[in-house]
Amino acid sequence: MKLSREEVLNKALLARIGLSDEDVEKFREQLSNILENFTILQEVDTSDVPATAQSVDLKNVMRDDVVMPSSSQEEILMNAPRREDDFFRVKAVLEQEG
Amino acid sequence: MEFETIIGLEVHAQLLTKSKMYCPCSADYASASPNTHVCPICLGMPGVLPSINRQAVAFTIMSALALNCTIPSFTKFDRKNYPYPDLMKGYQISQYDFPIGINGFLSVETGGENKRIGITRVHLEEDVAKLSHRHNSLGESYSVVDVNRAGVPLMEIVSEPDIRSPEQARQYLMKLRTLLQYLGVSTGNMEEGSFRCDANISIRPRGSLEYQAKVEVKNMNSFKAVHRALTFEEERQRRAVESDERIIQETRGWVEEKGVTVSQRSKESAHDYRYFPEPDLPPLVVSGSWVDEVRSKLPELPEQRCDRFMRDYELSAYDAGLLTGSKAMADYFEACLNGGGVTRNASDKPKKAKTLGNWLLGEFTRLLNATNNEITGAKVSPAALNKLLELIEEGKINLTAGKAVFEEMFNTGKPAAEIVEERGLVQVSDRGDLERVIKEVIAKNSKAVDDFRAGKEQASGFLVGQVMRATRGRANAKIVQELLHAILSE
Repeated sequence: MKLSREEVLNKALLARIGLSDEDVEKFREQLSNILENFTILQEVDTSDVPATAQSVDLKNVMRDDVVMPSSSQEEILMNAPRREDDFFRVKAVLEQEG
Repeated sequence: MEFETIIGLEVHAQLLTKSKMYCPCSADYASASPNTHVCPICLGMPGVLPSINRQAVAFTIMSALALNCTIPSFTKFDRKNYPYPDLMKGYQISQYDFPIGINGFLSVETGGENKRIGITRVHLEEDVAKLSHRHNSLGESYSVVDVNRAGVPLMEIVSEPDIRSPEQARQYLMKLRTLLQYLGVSTGNMEEGSFRCDANISIRPRGSLEYQAKVEVKNMNSFKAVHRALTFEEERQRRAVESDERIIQETRGWVEEKGVTVSQRSKESAHDYRYFPEPDLPPLVVSGSWVDEVRSKLPELPEQRCDRFMRDYELSAYDAGLLTGSKAMADYFEACLNGGGVTRNASDKPKKAKTLGNWLLGEFTRLLNATNNEITGAKVSPAALNKLLELIEEGKINLTAGKAVFEEMFNTGKPAAEIVEERGLVQVSDRGDLERVIKEVIAKNSKAVDDFRAGKEQASGFLVGQVMRATRGRANAKIVQELLHAILSE
């Protein structure tokens, strides 16, 4: 079953990605293919397999509460697409979001 | 129609760890320059690996235990996805379906009624970056981001919708904050944002068991603001229902200056957080022995301390409750009580405890409230207060003068003895001196004297007052009373 146009646009909104009309059609196709592959996986009988989010059998990996030096302010702000004083500068935050 | 108010609270408390939740940057950002407590993990750079701060987990287990929660043996972390400039990674590492603590309660007392407020869950997550809003020369607004706060451990405590009034909500919050302060896991400072509260509130006809559309209220920065915002909101909803309007499920922000809540955004386009298990953090198996170890380290909690104050110091339940209601106040009280002075032996303690309690809950609290101060920042040390109480106890100054001296100590931090000296407040207890003053007062107030002789008790008070006035408040009231009666009965 192919994803609807609205479903693709909703995913794009959640990911904050702008899509042209051609893009929407392209991703309808591609995303639908991915979902179809999952329907194949769903045919496997997993009733005896407990759900997991981990592929390795690790647990209780914790660190002690010890402070280590942070990066320098310059190094950090080098990543800012736009900088003002010692801050990252971003567009105004819209009330409807967040 | 009579309505019932339904309130549930979500509290976020910053934990007092040294390092951040998922990386070893310092969590102490209060006085740091912008973006100096930041590393690639804070920024969510590709290829970084977060790790769990063991102390933050221990603090959360401890808090959950103190809130009578069950600690399930399995807990894990999840990504909560949403785009916002204060969230560097585009998701927050939080906990979704397996929180650290579940099914607890906190008892609160309002209007003499004790009520258990259910605790749904206690979980761990991370704080976000701090946004500041600016304008350019054209008046267009934009924001600047300081990432220092991002990643500071945040413990979220969610209550059941068991709260029935704004006052009960306030009591719950104060009690919760005191508890976290006793545990030493959070400063609980609301004004500084280390203890934050969002509220869900709805109303329904009394007797109904169905829940109606709820409104989430945010942006309340003090206990008073919570009380005011919820009082406003329950009234707004009542009026709306009474004029046949529909209550919309939405988020509303409290605007302190105007005393109103305003709609922030419609919740109907519900957030799609797309929670999924955090692949970078393996789950935690919380063993019974770890829980027992944390439990064994639980300090004395407010209710236990209150009981001990009643038992050891013979304080009333009311006084003990107020004194232990703030850890700082209870610590101050015990520092005074055990700080020498008149309590040379244990049997003197109840008497001093009563006097001390009266000072702390009376004058001290009054001045703290009037100046909007906390006891931890007070200029009067426990030792300095003890010195003042000694002067009163020994009869060097009377109680009225004592209160005046205390106020000056409170304002200036000067020692009591120095103030007494400067202001000439030493109590006049010399019988000869007092007799002379009393005779002058009697001579000037013949009507009051006649009234007194006719058996009017108020006249006695008036005459004592006149003696106090003549001695600028320094007379030993007890001796004055004694002498006055003796002289007038001659």
